[in-house]
Amino acid sequence: MSANHDDRHDSPDPHGRALRLGVGGPVGSGKTALVAALCRTLGPVLRLGVVTNDIYTTEDADFLRRAGVLDPERIIAVQTGCCPHTAIRDDIAANLDAVESLEERFGPLDLVIVESGGDNLTATFSRGLADHQIFVLDVSGGDKVPRKGGPGVTTADLLVINKTDLAKHVGADLTVMSRDAAAVREGRPVLFTSIREVPEVYSVAEWVHGVVESWAHAREHPHGPAVPTTNA
Amino acid sequence: MNAALLLLADSRLPAGGHGHSGGAEEAVRVGAITGPGDLARFLRGRLATAGLVAAALSAAACALAARDDASAVDEPGRSYEPGRSDEPGRSYEPGRSYEPDRSYEPGRSGEPDRSGGGAEGEWRGLDAEADARAASPAQRGASRTQGRLLLRSARRIWPSPALDAPARAVPQGVHHPIALGAVSAAAGCSPHDAALATAYTSITGPATAAVRLLGLDPVVVHRVLAGLVPDLESVARTACARTAWEDLPAHAAPALDLLAEQHLRTEVRLFVS
Amino acid sequence: MDARAAIATESAGGRTVLGTLRSDPPLTMRQTGPVTVHLVSTAAGPLGGDHLELRIDVAPGTCLEIASVASTLVLPGPGESVTVVEARVGAGATLRYAPEPTVLAAGCAHRMIVRLALEEGASVTWREEIVFGRYGERPGTCHSRFDATIGGVPLLRQEFVVGDPAVDGSPAVYGDARCVGSVLVVRPEPPGPPFADAPAAGRTDKPPTSGRLTEPVLAEGCVVLPLAGPGTLVSALAPDAAALRERLTWGEARATRS
Ligand SMILES: Nc1nc2c(ncn2[C@@H]2O[C@H](COP(=O)(O)OP(=O)(O)O)[C@@H](O)[C@H]2O)c(=O)[nH]1
Ligand SMILES: [Mg+2]
Repeated sequence: MSANHDDRHDSPDPHGRALRLGVGGPVGSGKTALVAALCRTLGPVLRLGVVTNDIYTTEDADFLRRAGVLDPERIIAVQTGCCPHTAIRDDIAANLDAVESLEERFGPLDLVIVESGGDNLTATFSRGLADHQIFVLDVSGGDKVPRKGGPGVTTADLLVINKTDLAKHVGADLTVMSRDAAAVREGRPVLFTSIREVPEVYSVAEWVHGVVESWAHAREHPHGPAVPTTNA
Repeated sequence: MNAALLLLADSRLPAGGHGHSGGAEEAVRVGAITGPGDLARFLRGRLATAGLVAAALSAAACALAARDDASAVDEPGRSYEPGRSDEPGRSYEPGRSYEPDRSYEPGRSGEPDRSGGGAEGEWRGLDAEADARAASPAQRGASRTQGRLLLRSARRIWPSPALDAPARAVPQGVHHPIALGAVSAAAGCSPHDAALATAYTSITGPATAAVRLLGLDPVVVHRVLAGLVPDLESVARTACARTAWEDLPAHAAPALDLLAEQHLRTEVRLFVS
Repeated sequence: MDARAAIATESAGGRTVLGTLRSDPPLTMRQTGPVTVHLVSTAAGPLGGDHLELRIDVAPGTCLEIASVASTLVLPGPGESVTVVEARVGAGATLRYAPEPTVLAAGCAHRMIVRLALEEGASVTWREEIVFGRYGERPGTCHSRFDATIGGVPLLRQEFVVGDPAVDGSPAVYGDARCVGSVLVVRPEPPGPPFADAPAAGRTDKPPTSGRLTEPVLAEGCVVLPLAGPGTLVSALAPDAAALRERLTWGEARATRS
């Protein structure tokens, strides 16, 4: 993997752009924690930028900046006027502007992560904004959530079920969640995490890295065969 | 009226407008807007000042963009438009010849040649007129951000050389009314349509924000908006009075300036402006 | 009544002399200091129907300060009253224009036009105060327009309308204020680096000493705004003329180097 990666560093594609990864899911499920973890784990190998869509002012952006996982300048907060889902789905102009300004100032970048403001189960990213998206649930919402589905759960490229450390406390059955998620997701990957216990989130980082690699490969070989995305 | 006006004035136009409250969020926070009555006065005052200025700039930008567009393809039988002439050395003020016999005014003579490249210089000139009408840096910033986002989306929705010039001329973003005027032209709308759309968006953004922030009855708020229809019409008419750019309306709203600056210093904010 | 008055400075061996001081009643002027002129109104008004024009020419490298002895009370009459002030300020010249406020009496219909043309390198402080009626009085109507350019490039254009139901009492325009005022401050590009006012935490009341203001400064009813061009505007709203003056003076100190 790293050979391919370094090649690209030596010959940056002027027409290329970074992969845009959306991280969505309900409030409090661990999106910001996941973004911080990804920055920590992938920061040494990928050139990163982050856009947050906070509900109030810049709290997520401030958290990430304080966490020290990334140069604070590479984190931009977008305000969404009470409508987090509008900013990632119906009117993505402000987010695109933020992504592009990161690329302009720090580019070329490999990956720009856009964290959504936290909304309900129907909020997904527009394909005009995110090339791939992760939907983050947590077990404390109950083990029925995956069965209920909703566009986030069913269509996200990766479903992350976080806070497995809490499963025993809230009586959530991870086997049920896994089975239900698999049923509605038609083979798309699902990963269980406890960011509290494994702050490096290796499994998600590996998936993200794989997606970035195939994106870079497709960018360099627009007509060549695609490298399959790593499935967990 | 061109039906494209409906698209331009629609709050669903994906151009970032939903993140802006036009001072309403701060006005709600400080208690200047508490219900439909205050909101109506806020909107009416906003329309008569910032709304009128924006509408006039937008109409001027629409005329400029339409002229640029037309000069690219000089189709026969176009009607004459003052200010469109090809006299040499004229690059700054297309509106200037509307009033050929005006009396002397300081500052009118000896205007610098801002051109540095045809139409782009004119866009910078019109943009400078917007700057001179926006004393508050917070408002200038919000206006440029919205202008940049609008042009970004509109250049994909209505691809047109008329939108390339303003985008190139001011890379950080022309002021929002100027972008909206240029986009109106690209969409086939007239300066009057542009003025109407601009005046309308100058009050719908704050109205929607107030609905969200105060939980007002949306029907009551729409009734307030409906009550402003005559004002919208008269603002659009006034905004289209042909005049040199320097004489365009410049109505100040000191309370909006104060609110805009205070807003940036407020810790908990849902809206950009 | 029509009146046209004029003031012009000249440079004589590096010193400022008042080359022209032409009063035209009711626009009467007195020289009260080496470079100071006071407007001393010799009649009530302006009244509706009056047309008063003042022309100010500050030659390059000279100084002029204009003040007035009392506020101007605008009264009703047949038709609109109009005042036009046209000023040019040359390179390296300094003008301070700070008359007492304009008070709009009931029933007045007033039009105020200011055109200020600066050459690059000019230094200007220009104060404008409008009071909406005497104590407890509902004002008539007023429409003011102020246009300032530097080297022909627009710096500030602003209009105020009073007595229009659309703006009176609007929380977007004047709120519940009874006066509006502003001070435009233009200084030649300063030698010092641009400054931001002391942050709120470590705020001292000492005005900054060098450079040009880059960050707005805010206080109750008053905001100091760095313009897009090379100038700063102090903008204030207040319940009465005394509070307005206090706010503008505070703001002016923040806008200028001392
Ligand atoms: N117990 C536990 N708490 C977590 C885990 N991941 C995140 N949290 C906590 O959940 C809360 C919400 O996380 P945050 O990332 O802000 O959620 P967001 O609203 O989706 O961005 C924070 O207090 C986190 O510390 C986890 O794996 N286990
Ligand atoms: Mg978050």
